[in-house]
Amino acid sequence: MRTTRIGSGAGFAGDRFEPAEVLVRHAGLADLVLECLAERTIALGQQRRLTDPAAGYDPRLLARFRRLLPLAAEHGVRVLSNMGAANPLAAGRATAALLDELGLDRGVAVVTGDDVLDRIDPRTPALEDGVPLEEHGELVSANAYLGADAIMPALGADVVLTGRVADPSLFLAPLADRLGWDLADPPRAAAGTLIGHLLECAGQLTGGYFADPGRKEVPGLAELGFPFADVTADGAAVFGKPDGTGGLVTRATVREQLLYEITDPTAYLTPDVELDLREVTVRETGPDRVAVRGAIGRARPPRLKVSVGYRAGFRAEAEISYEGPNSRERAALAGEIVTKRLPAPPRIQLSTSDHESRLRVAALTRDRDAAEAVCHEVEALYTNGPAGGGGVRTSTTEVIGIVSVLADREIAEPAVTTFGPVR
Amino acid sequence: MILHDIAHCRAGDKGDTSILSLFPYRDEDFPLLVREVTAERVRAHLAGQLRGEVVRYVLPNLCALQFRCRQALDGGVTTSLALDTHGKGLSFRLLSLPIG
Repeated sequence: MRTTRIGSGAGFAGDRFEPAEVLVRHAGLADLVLECLAERTIALGQQRRLTDPAAGYDPRLLARFRRLLPLAAEHGVRVLSNMGAANPLAAGRATAALLDELGLDRGVAVVTGDDVLDRIDPRTPALEDGVPLEEHGELVSANAYLGADAIMPALGADVVLTGRVADPSLFLAPLADRLGWDLADPPRAAAGTLIGHLLECAGQLTGGYFADPGRKEVPGLAELGFPFADVTADGAAVFGKPDGTGGLVTRATVREQLLYEITDPTAYLTPDVELDLREVTVRETGPDRVAVRGAIGRARPPRLKVSVGYRAGFRAEAEISYEGPNSRERAALAGEIVTKRLPAPPRIQLSTSDHESRLRVAALTRDRDAAEAVCHEVEALYTNGPAGGGGVRTSTTEVIGIVSVLADREIAEPAVTTFGPVR
Repeated sequence: MILHDIAHCRAGDKGDTSILSLFPYRDEDFPLLVREVTAERVRAHLAGQLRGEVVRYVLPNLCALQFRCRQALDGGVTTSLALDTHGKGLSFRLLSLPIG
């Protein structure tokens, strides 16, 4: 039966670079997926794009690709990533320029159409609280979760970049391409979505979010390897990691990832399918090899989820430490004083060890001045509070809130733009 | 005995919802988890952090329990004032539940 091997080279924007390189060098992959776009990342990208029209994509894209793409070219591995974030076209241009600079004759395809900010109805109630979008604050982003069908036309390129797509769709599309699957066939779409869901957090499948010394031992965590899956045309998959790397793939690591972030295991909704996990089986077939099958699929949902970012104000965070005898009482007194001096009560937290207490003061304010006033009152505790306060750290950051709505599929018009040689 | 002695747990987040999945180390302990770790007990044990409803899914095929906890993350990752905005620590707080 036809088989393909797909790897996972990043599970979030801050992920390490090396494990993807090990996968490309040693795992014999057909495709490597880098999932780097958390819920809030795209709104932060939109913020950066407002001040610089060429920005808005993953800030680590070029650093990651400079190391990875020469290896991918050498080993003939197709690379897919949502590092396009809030500006996939700019990401595509930057990647094409990098390939030129590196002397690599490789093509880039960019999937666009997820940005629906100018089409979203601001009166739509948010799924989270039923409150209309416009009442949350000024909207800064609205991105529809595109599915595998939007990615398929881009797969003739060596590097595929997207903005917001459902994470498992980044895996389902290349699997469908390699194995000749019809995306409208729910059992295949469900199988590929299950595989994508297991791989999308990279090291979380191989022991990277698992160790609990004495209970759950993970060998070689400092050299953690990232996962791959061998997938057959009928949708069965065996998960593993490159030989010689750290970490582990067991029934326990796979089960933890299987249910991760699934709000309803009887109906996990993506743009591609409604996935039911109740019949899934997880079986160890060898050292660091786990077979997973049994995904049940039903027809894809009629509407797309749209993630909407809005200006939610400013977060002030400030901390101060007190040491030695009575430190907890002095830190608590500092919290009471600063609460009295501020117009609205902040959130107060005390972390206490044997010899030290650290006071944390946090507040969400409507403007930057109010946030800085909170930080100022904590700093002023140096000489206006209890004895022995030290080590003040303060920060003020703008907060982009995120809510979701459902919208008709027509709100998004997916398109593909190519740079360089593309089949 | 506490849950940590016989089970492991993973926390995930979606908006203001925390998702806690619980697995026994030994499959034969699964019936004990089903009997003892009810949605009501999880809600009571994590009171103070959870403000919404808790729904439990029983997945015998996987030997797993899944708890969907609404209003558990101080409004959600981006606007939360908590230190652990994702609520990652909730899984280990659940594992401190006395059992048996």
